[in-house]
Amino acid sequence: AAAMSVNADLRRERAAATFQPELLTHILDGGPERTRRRKEIEALVLNDPDFQHEDLNFLSRSQRYEQAIRKSSLMVMKLREYGIADPEEIYWFKSFVHRGRPEPLDLHLGMFLPTLLTQATPEQQDRFFMPAWNLEIIGTYAQTEMGHGTHLRGLETTATYDPSTQEFILNSPTVTSIKWWPGGLGKTSNHAIVLAQLYTQGQCKGLHAFIVPIRQLGTHEPLPGITVGDIGPKFGYDEMDNGYLKMDNFRIPRENMLMKYAQVEPDGTYVKPVSDKLTYGTMVFIRSLIVGDSARSLSRACTIAIRYSAVRHQSELKPGEPEPQILDYQTQQYKLFPLLATAYAFHFVGAYIKDTYHRISGDISTGDLSELPELHALTAGLKAFTSWTANAGIEECRMACGGHGYSRCSGIPDIYVTFTPSCTYEGENTVMMLQTARFLMKSYTQVTSGQQVTGMVSYLNDLSRQRIQPQHVAARTVTVRINDPTSLVEAYKSRAARLVESAAKNLQAELNHRKSKEDAWNRTSVDLVRASEAHCHYVIVKLFTAKLAEVSDAAVRAVLTDLCLLYALFGISRNAGDFLQAGILTSAQITQVNQHVKELLAVIRPNAVALVDSFDFHDVHLGSVLGRYDGNVYENMFEWAKKSPLNKTQVHESFHKHLKPMQAKL
Amino acid sequence: SVNPDLASERQTASFSVEKLTALLDGGTEQTRIRRAVVEAIESDPVFSRENQYFQTQNERYEAAVRKAVHLQKKMHEMGWTENGPEYKYIYRALSGDVAFLLHRVFMRSISVLGSDKQVAKWIPLATQHKLIGSYAQTELGHGTYLQGLETTAVFDTATQEFILNTPKISAMKWWPGDMGRSATHTVVFAQLYIHGKCYGIHPFIVQIRSLQDHSLCPGITAGDIGPKMNFEHIDNGYLLLKNVRIPRENMLSKFCEVRPDGTYVRQGSQKINYFTMTTVRISLISDEVLTPLMKACAIAIRYSVVRRQSKLKPGEQEAKILDYQTQQEKLLPQLAAAYAFHFINDYLQELFNRGYREIQRKNFDMLPELHALSSGFKAVITQHCTAGVEICLRACGGHGYSLLSGLPSLYTKILASCIYEGENTILLLQTARFLIKCFMAASAGQPVPPSVTYLAAVKHGKCPAKNKLDFLNPDIYTEAYQHVAVRLTSNTAAKLQDLIQSGVKKHDAWNQCTVQLVQAAKAHCHYIAVKNFAETVEKLETKAGIQKIMKHLCDLFALHGIFSNTGAFLHDGYTSAAQMDMATASYLDLLAVIRKDAVPLVDAFDFTDKSLNSALGSYDGQVYQRLYEWAQKSPTNQMSPAYERYLKPLLHNTLSKL
Repeated sequence: AAAMSVNADLRRERAAATFQPELLTHILDGGPERTRRRKEIEALVLNDPDFQHEDLNFLSRSQRYEQAIRKSSLMVMKLREYGIADPEEIYWFKSFVHRGRPEPLDLHLGMFLPTLLTQATPEQQDRFFMPAWNLEIIGTYAQTEMGHGTHLRGLETTATYDPSTQEFILNSPTVTSIKWWPGGLGKTSNHAIVLAQLYTQGQCKGLHAFIVPIRQLGTHEPLPGITVGDIGPKFGYDEMDNGYLKMDNFRIPRENMLMKYAQVEPDGTYVKPVSDKLTYGTMVFIRSLIVGDSARSLSRACTIAIRYSAVRHQSELKPGEPEPQILDYQTQQYKLFPLLATAYAFHFVGAYIKDTYHRISGDISTGDLSELPELHALTAGLKAFTSWTANAGIEECRMACGGHGYSRCSGIPDIYVTFTPSCTYEGENTVMMLQTARFLMKSYTQVTSGQQVTGMVSYLNDLSRQRIQPQHVAARTVTVRINDPTSLVEAYKSRAARLVESAAKNLQAELNHRKSKEDAWNRTSVDLVRASEAHCHYVIVKLFTAKLAEVSDAAVRAVLTDLCLLYALFGISRNAGDFLQAGILTSAQITQVNQHVKELLAVIRPNAVALVDSFDFHDVHLGSVLGRYDGNVYENMFEWAKKSPLNKTQVHESFHKHLKPMQAKL
Repeated sequence: SVNPDLASERQTASFSVEKLTALLDGGTEQTRIRRAVVEAIESDPVFSRENQYFQTQNERYEAAVRKAVHLQKKMHEMGWTENGPEYKYIYRALSGDVAFLLHRVFMRSISVLGSDKQVAKWIPLATQHKLIGSYAQTELGHGTYLQGLETTAVFDTATQEFILNTPKISAMKWWPGDMGRSATHTVVFAQLYIHGKCYGIHPFIVQIRSLQDHSLCPGITAGDIGPKMNFEHIDNGYLLLKNVRIPRENMLSKFCEVRPDGTYVRQGSQKINYFTMTTVRISLISDEVLTPLMKACAIAIRYSVVRRQSKLKPGEQEAKILDYQTQQEKLLPQLAAAYAFHFINDYLQELFNRGYREIQRKNFDMLPELHALSSGFKAVITQHCTAGVEICLRACGGHGYSLLSGLPSLYTKILASCIYEGENTILLLQTARFLIKCFMAASAGQPVPPSVTYLAAVKHGKCPAKNKLDFLNPDIYTEAYQHVAVRLTSNTAAKLQDLIQSGVKKHDAWNQCTVQLVQAAKAHCHYIAVKNFAETVEKLETKAGIQKIMKHLCDLFALHGIFSNTGAFLHDGYTSAAQMDMATASYLDLLAVIRKDAVPLVDAFDFTDKSLNSALGSYDGQVYQRLYEWAQKSPTNQMSPAYERYLKPLLHNTLSKL
């Protein structure tokens, strides 16, 4: 489509905004300088003809993989050519090149190289790092197996040390032990870091990491003893060759075990690692990325749905008047604006975890790890909370676009299928919630035994003071002011306290009934997940509220305050039962909350388009005909459809093959 | 051989699986016929879905056309006819993976909207597949709101023709199935103009492709609308009309006719037509909505007893993931919902059959109620089941994400049902309009239809439950659901009146209450579903353990609804905080009870392995072997050109350039 002017509805929406979107973009990026640099990198990629290609929706899986590997190789070269080395800038570059999709070198760059850096000995680094840096070696990280994911101790692959040849013999002893899912394993990699149960001197020493060559350098053929391939089509991740790996008596030299920490000596003697606290840090870091990703994926879906809802006109609100924008319907606002508020909330939470992580990592080198357990517990829950919410939110955005949302041209199906695995990877969400719950129960026990706890759980300290009173702890009367975010934070705090206490009591009751601790835990796990969710919800409302004070521009602060209020009140409305049951709010107050949510929808309505513009997604990155910045939706849907593979010929071949013979016969 | 973890689940069933299957089918004879149809279809290699997950859009389309053509032959061979008892099982046996579904809609619309003469002309042609029909209603710019359609049909008295046009881009027909590549004819809905006056939307038969070489007719631009989340086998199409002339006789004229001189005549009652449209919403529930949820439950629950992960007790074997309370809490409510909606579907079918008999006797009294129920339940069931399939998908962790699990395709297919045949929010608002009207009538002492008489009996009582066992009493929970439905409807009605009395215009007041109205409509349907489930259980035979297990599922369905929406039940103090704790305790206890029968309960759905087409959900539970075998068949495991083209240079020399 030739250059078209911006759709009149969108122009009107943008003119009516009460704040400057750029200022909000700066806040999301972390300052005007970061915005400038992001756009600079974006332009480097988008103006580069090497990174152009046909719409991926029209390509087969094989073709999409090919495009991805082509772009990835160019990307690695160009990153070095441009001297881009800052991790965040690399992330931007990669994200623009691959338009937010995964790519076959993800595991090489994101896991293989970093693992070499942190877990390889200097000798191993000499042997592997430079070849890997120069992509003569492409590696992946083979952890999950067909039979085991999040529960790592259950992995079954074995590495048995043979002192006579000074080699490890790797085996996949069962079908369930076949490595399954690692990205880049299927077709791309020639090496893998394999996690296996180490056996030496007849004893199992638990999971360790080994560098395993899997394909012949030069021919790329699998090595003898190695069975490797692609695991087949998935919901999304078409660009990624997630793979399987089966090893039959495959021998690697002793020196291929990553031995910076644990070691196996030539005679088979096992030397234990000093400490494994550092792995905590990596997990926190990766989970913080998922929180950020939840925010970004939901923001993209909101951008598409809100722009489209401003362009689409349907039905009538007032008899005799022209069809209104569908964004003017209360039900449409009720679907989309709480999600918009959620996207902003998650942005700020992601930034908080990242900052806290960087602050604490500073402490790790100086030896102060006291905050790490809490951050680790908190990020597990927040990873689950934000990815669940974003996952559902993306689907709501798609549904809000009606039939056209179902077309791949809307871009939302792609956002969804790319995002939804984050509910599973890096720790299955329910298991993550239960990790947070374990920390909450521990903190609760500390408080009941008279100790003070600190950080985000410090509200539990109040419980002991309430203990003398017979009623629910949280039933103390807080006067909740529904127009004041700070007061709502208190309400969320009370709810978390009540649900943590209730789960703890139920757990205790179960423990009194049966012998097995694990059984009692399992029988309380639904309550425990609810407690974790309430805790995370409180943290998010608290962080969003705290962010408001940092915003200097009054107009931006005003609109963010509206969003923060909507986020908090909508959450109360949706979970009204918790607040009612604990006596934090009365039925009359809940009715007021519901009413105020609807009033806020109308308040936010004029700024809705500007609020998604502030996310500042380039059209190429957004990949959506419905969400185009210029709003010229229908013309471009037609242009897009004409390129569909079914339209390659005027008369489809199946006419001659099937239809015509049938008509002749009947 | 059957995986022992799955075999052991079947040994302890508390009821007869075969009897439950017969109950679901509506009798043993029905089960027998269904199995025969499934067997005939699945044993025929043309209908195989084996490679489906590896195929491109073009390949899927071609396979669907091939199957549609072959089906004609098969039906003839087997002696199946469109009116025979086998017919309704064919679609299920094919898992809907067949082309020309819109051909039937084309035929139905001619039968319903056409004059006797038109029926006599077109139906034989369509039956013999001399032509292939489609149904072109939705446009780029308009879907559920039909009055907004922009295609025009202008009557030209001089030539006795209608001139059809797509006046602007948003008026282009968009989405109709079978239209992108296959159809030769379609029923086009357009605004009728005679002598410059608009008469609203009317249906016209338009030929779009040549019957000789299938090329597009003059003035027609048509094609495929491109890739979607699913339905790759269907060529959803676009259609652009430019001065396309069709004879006057091609306007379907059972209800409205244009005379040669341009006189517009209305005839007969449209109500029967209206009833037909309502029926479609109900008819899709079974095959398009319940079947996918049942399949998803079967896959996820079987997989959850085969998959072992982590330990529940130290020193023991790793536990089946279905033994984790959190996993039960994800899956078992979906299973209960599948049964609840199966029974509500039976209820609606029966009601509609009764309605049909009344309408044939020219009694249209039931229409508003039928319309409200079909709209509301279409929305509630599609939404609930879609969410349920997604929960099943995510409950299978990483492997659920593989297409080979079967779950992604079930999900992407079922979710389309939330949109077609009426967007769900709009449908719920239609139900709400009926509720408000009936509430006002009931308050004024006027009679109202049977499904809403409860609105008149506004009680301000409290929930009488004294302990957690009381929440297993259907009277207790049904009453609670009723209370919530009445409260939401009456509060919204009061709010609407307040707004109007304070001077807000009626339509503005309506828009300001729509969020609440949607909630009221949902609560109404939820109440009826619970009540119907409880009443169905009452009537079941007590033999073979069927009634007992269905009672558990009914309780679970009801208590899950309370547990996930506690606010609605606590509001206004109908249920106290202490009672809510009891309800929750009962709910969680039930999970462990139903857990024991979970596998037999999905076995009773009686899906064959071919029909599930899932590496995770097959009857024998050989999950991992199958996943490995199927993956090896993936085309990506043939040598890819990517290695020679991109990987090799990358591995060998790219970076040395730097």
